[in-house]
This record gives sequence, structure tokens and C-alpha cells, in this order.
Amino acid sequence: MKAKKQRLILALLALAAVIGAGLLAASGLKQEASFFYAPGDVDHSQLPLDRAVRLGGMVKEKSIRHDPDGVTIHFIVEDGKATVPVSFKGIAPDLFKEKSGVVAEGHFQRDGSFVATNLLAKHDERYMPPELEGKMHKTGSLTQ
Amino acid sequence: MIAEIGLGLLWLAAGLAVLQSVLGGLALKLTHRPDLGGAIKPVAIAQGVLATCAFVVLVYLFMISDMSVKLVADNSHSEKPWLYKFSGSWGNHEGSMLLWVTILALSGGGIALLERRVRRDTLIATLMAQGLIALGFYAFLLFSSNPFARLNPAPSDGNGLNPLLQDPGLALHPPTLYLGYVGMSVAFSFAVGALLTKDVGPAFARAMRPWVLGAWVFLTLGITAGSYWAYYELGWGGWWFWDPVENASLMPWLAATALLHSVTVLATRDALRAWTIMLAVVAFSMSMIGTFLVRSGILTSVHAFAVDPQRGTFILALLLIYIGAALTLFALRVGTVREGATFEPVSREAALVLNNLFLTVILGVVLIGTLYPIVAQAMGQQISIGPPYFNPAAGSVALLLVVAMAAGPLMRWRRDGAGALMRRMALPLALGAVVMGLVRLMAPEISILSWLGLSAAALAAAGSLAPLWGRNLRRTPLFTWGMVVSHLGVAVALAGMATDTAFMKERLVAVSEGEAADVGPYSVRLVMVAPVIGPNWTALEATMEAQRGTSRPFTLKPQARNYSNPPTDTSEAAISTRWDGQLYAVLGKQNADGSWQLRLWWKPWVTLIWLGGGLIALGGVLSLLGRLWRERRGLGEATHA
Repeated sequence: MKAKKQRLILALLALAAVIGAGLLAASGLKQEASFFYAPGDVDHSQLPLDRAVRLGGMVKEKSIRHDPDGVTIHFIVEDGKATVPVSFKGIAPDLFKEKSGVVAEGHFQRDGSFVATNLLAKHDERYMPPELEGKMHKTGSLTQ
Repeated sequence: MIAEIGLGLLWLAAGLAVLQSVLGGLALKLTHRPDLGGAIKPVAIAQGVLATCAFVVLVYLFMISDMSVKLVADNSHSEKPWLYKFSGSWGNHEGSMLLWVTILALSGGGIALLERRVRRDTLIATLMAQGLIALGFYAFLLFSSNPFARLNPAPSDGNGLNPLLQDPGLALHPPTLYLGYVGMSVAFSFAVGALLTKDVGPAFARAMRPWVLGAWVFLTLGITAGSYWAYYELGWGGWWFWDPVENASLMPWLAATALLHSVTVLATRDALRAWTIMLAVVAFSMSMIGTFLVRSGILTSVHAFAVDPQRGTFILALLLIYIGAALTLFALRVGTVREGATFEPVSREAALVLNNLFLTVILGVVLIGTLYPIVAQAMGQQISIGPPYFNPAAGSVALLLVVAMAAGPLMRWRRDGAGALMRRMALPLALGAVVMGLVRLMAPEISILSWLGLSAAALAAAGSLAPLWGRNLRRTPLFTWGMVVSHLGVAVALAGMATDTAFMKERLVAVSEGEAADVGPYSVRLVMVAPVIGPNWTALEATMEAQRGTSRPFTLKPQARNYSNPPTDTSEAAISTRWDGQLYAVLGKQNADGSWQLRLWWKPWVTLIWLGGGLIALGGVLSLLGRLWRERRGLGEATHA
């Protein structure tokens, strides 16, 4: 094989790999990107039932309830505009508490409630999930 | 006074970096003045020494807890154990950037002192590129991240270090990754040097290879250690979260792996010239993106020490300037790189091209998945991307890569026959097929990715050992052993990942003292929960007894810790390593009825993941030693390997 031709083939292969990666990523993103919602963003006629999403807001005061099994909790997330009931089976993070910020990962249910598979709470004094910060500026009511 | 000395040393080092760049540029232009080029070596060495001294000064300030220095006051505390005072000096933004530039300057000095393989003008151009890269980081430190800034009045004591960072792992994790990142920048400097002096060939590849190999070993170790650290420190039972910070270390590793293989083709066969240069540019870009992601504060994680938009902008500007300049140089100069030697579509070279292509696709998928949320956020949309995206997209290509990895070393350079290759691959392929059938029969419920992963691991394990078949093992060169060990490590790690994903057992229960819960083959009894006190924390510690069948029971002691400086709660998982896996226990909260939340995992063969990572790195070390040893004996390049 001539060297020039080989170089052309290699360049085309590299291009194909880059395009292939782009296509693979695009199809994956279409299906799997998980969107962030604040309670006020939730449109009950168009709930994203088929994909994992994040729900962020403040844990409503006196809304945390424990199930008898000792590991399931229920609470309400609010953002000053609306509220969403959330249930979570697992060990809540140490900084998860009432009147404090939380990001729940999981799925919306048909009735508008949310089942979380993971909870992210404010980590330490310097930490704030960027999603939450943005939403707080948006709704204005959450800034303390 | 001491802090001012540190700052002075840093300014001097920055001045030398300017001198190094200017001297290099002049020496390349004014070829009738050889003295200019001669001066660049001592300058590079002095720069390395000065940067190291500045770093030592910072460590000293942390060790004596000089609270009049803002960085120490913000991140340390006089009552902290000495190890965390020491490692705390780079457990923050400014300190870690100083470590970055120190390693960079030291490797520049190392090149000046030791490199003999490349042409003199290429070496000068390489040192010039090194000086320019270092200059950007000095500017970043001096103008927006001064580690020696004073605090007036000095507080009586410091804020302490984030408890998640108070771990022996921190002493090692950032330096290993930085050595990897910086090694990539050295490889990149060589590529720039060779492009500028039109010296792209086997000699340049042999000079670049040890840096790529070394950087790759450190990246491998950094990723492996980081993964284990997250596994036991976060208490979530997972070993890879596709967190942007993890991806920031994975992307340079993927690029470095591709570069490592193509630079070998260039050194051995003088093929893939422009290709290798391009990969060096990509690998350096990924290191810069990694630094940017972690250091800009754009991501929230344990790594984002503080969010400061000015720093983010500064480091983004550096990133764009360097990558832009590198790509421009490549575009302008690639025409001067002559075509290398040719090869047939079925050959070792072609297999390595395939390796590079697969790695590029994985890299692209990870890069897009990591950057997309950031871009989307800039456009006002909040999204996050996690395992449901990464696992199938990157995993499927990785499986193809692993199969190709088994075949590659069994092929001949330049030209091989498809039939002969199939004969050599017969045994690995058969083993893979047998495992595929057995797993399907015995565990039909596991996911397709785990099933294929186990099969590919068996195939790759057999394939990676096959190059030793029929060889005199004592006369096999060390770098061949290195390749075999690394490839075997990939198979071992893959087997661990697939087994853990497929057969892991998880229990979440609330039990009272004296009660037991089953997880996998184990029965775990909560004996008691009692308070304990550590050097700078208090904790509730559970004592648990775990027993498999009628074998001897052993004890697990997970803790829920509370740190006083800064006030933070963390949970310390208890992990017991058995011969066939790990039992992992986390203590949760106490319920109103007095029962305790426990999270238990039985993770069969999960240890293989990090064992595999260690093997991959060990292979790199063997390969590096083998190459250096052979060079020292002056045997030149082996064309068979």
C-alpha cells in the first residue's frame, strides 16, 4: 500500500471514530440525560415517568415521617411555589434535615409523587449543589 | 517572613520560566548562537529547584500551623494529626496548584539533566514548550491563587480540613494524579518540540515513551486509589460513580493509553507519525480539561474547594490558549511530517490502530457526557448524566476493545494472515465461549453487559497470557512481561466489575442490638452500639458479628463520626476482606424505637477490580524498566517484542 493512501485511510478512520462517538453519545443523551426539577417546574399533565430525574428544593418543616420498617422515610419538598411528596428507602445523608436543601434522584410516579433512590444533602458549609443555587435564585423564596 | 520567602521563590521561578521560553525561542531562530541553547538547560534546572523550595516552604507553614497565612488558617487546625497537616498543604486549591507547577518544573529540570536521545534543537524546543506551559500556571498562582497570602489579624486557630479529606489516601491521591497530568504535559512538550524542529521519528518517540509510560502508570494508580478511596470513604458501596471528577482522571488515562500504544508503533516501526503527535495533543488537552474541571470550581464535589468565578475564567482561558495553540501548531506543521512506514490491514500496527480507535470512541463518549451538563447549564438548562448513559455507551465499546486487546499481541508486525491469527486465537475464543455458555445456564438473570463482561474477561485473560506460549520465560524481555501483566490486569479488573455488578447482594434493615440480618451467604448480628473518641472526632461505633454458615465469626465496626473542626458528620464503613469478596457495613441512624439502620453489602470478588488496577500499573512499571534497561545496554529497538 502506498504511504499517502494509507495516511488518507487513517485520517478517515479517525474521523469515523470521532463521528461514531458523537452519534453514540447523542443517542445515549437523548434517552438518559436526567433533568432537574424544582417542585414549581412540575407539570402534572406531562410528568417525565419513563426517565430518572432529579428533584431539588427544601425539606418542608415537620414533614419527615418514618415507616415502621425503620428504613423508609416520607417527606415533602417545597420551593415556595409548589410541593412534591417524596418517599425514600435508605439511609438519609447526615445533613438531611427539615428546612434544609436536598436533591433527590429518582422517578416521578403517576400520582405526582416522587420515589427517590438517592438523596444528596448540603455537604458542608461551603457546599451547595449548583442546581439548587440556580433554582433558588429563580424562585427567590428559598434564600435564607 | 517565611511566607514572603515562599512568594519570592515563586516569583523567581516564574521569571526563570519566562527566561526559559525566550531563550528557547531565540536559540531556535539564531542558530549561529549555540550559547543561547546551552544556557537553557541550567535555567530549567534552577526553575525546578526554586519551585520545589517554594512548595517546601508551604508545607513548612502548614506543619508549624502558621495561622497568619490565609491558606493555613482556612484549611488547617493546630490540633490536626501531623499527617493531615502535611497532606493538608495540597488538600486545597492554592496548595494543589503549587504542587502541580512544582511537579511540572521538576520534570522540566529532569529533561534538561537527563535527556540524551533527541536532537539538540528538539530538546531546546521541548524545554521552551515546558517553560511556556509552566508560565501559565505561575501566572495563575501569582495573580489569582496566591498560596502565601497573609491574613491580618491572624485568627487564634484555623478552620480545619474537610473530614472527608482527612484520610491517608489524600497524602497520595492528588500527587499521583498530578504526576500523571504533568507527565502528559511533558509528552506534549516533546511533541511540540519535534513538530517545531521537524524531527518526528523513532528517536523522538523513544524519548517521549518513558514519560508517557510513567504518566500512564501514575494515572492508573491515581484512578485505582481514587476508586478505592471513594468506595470505603463515601460509604455508598460503589466503586465508580461516573462523577465528573472521576471522569476528569479517566479521560487523560484513555488518551494516554492510546498514546502509549501508538508511540510504541512509532518507536518500533516508524509508522503512525502524525497520528502519535495528534494523540499527544489530545492527551495533554484531556489533562488540562481534567485540571480545569476539578480546579475551576465548576463542579461541586469534595474536590471543589471554593467557588471563585475569576479562577474559573482564568483557568478556562489557559485551557483554550494551550489547546488552541497546540491544534494550530499541529494544523500548520502536520504537512511537514513525512508519511511513515506502511503496513497491511491484518497486522500488529492495524490492531493498535483499532485499539486507538476504540479508545477514542470511549473518550468521546465520556467527554461529551461530562461536558454536556456544563454546557447545558450555561444555556439555562439543568440536567445531570449518570450511569444509565455511561455504562451502556462506554461499556459496549470497552468490551470490543478488550477482545481486540486479546488479539493484538498475537499478531505480527507489518503483515499477518487472518487464518494464522484465528489459529492463535482459538484457545482464548473457545474459553470465552465456554464461559459465555456456563454463565448463561447458571445465572440467566444477570444483565447482558455483566454477562458479556465475564465472557470477555475470560477470553482476554487467556489471550493476554498467550504471547508467553512456547517462549523461554526466562529469556522473555521485561517489556513483554509488562504487556502481558497489564493486559491480564485489564481482564482481572473486568472480571471483578462484572461479578460485583451481577452478583452483589444488598440489604437495608433496621435491627435492635442482639438481632441479626442476612446478606448473601452471611448472617450479621448487631452486638452493640457505643460511643468512641478519636483524636479530633467523636463517633458512635457499632460492633457486629458476621458469620458464614458454621465458619468462625468475625467482627465489623462501622462508625458514624462527628468532626468538630469543621463540624461535619461522616460515616466510616466497615469493610472485611474475605478470600472471595468483601463484606461491607454502614451504620445509619437510630430510629425512635431504638433500632439502628444498617446497610449491608456482600460484594463477591469486588477486590479483583483494584487488584486488576494494580496489575495494570505493575505492567507499566515492568515495561518502563525493561525499556530503560535495554537502552542502557545499547541494544536499540527490538522489532519483534
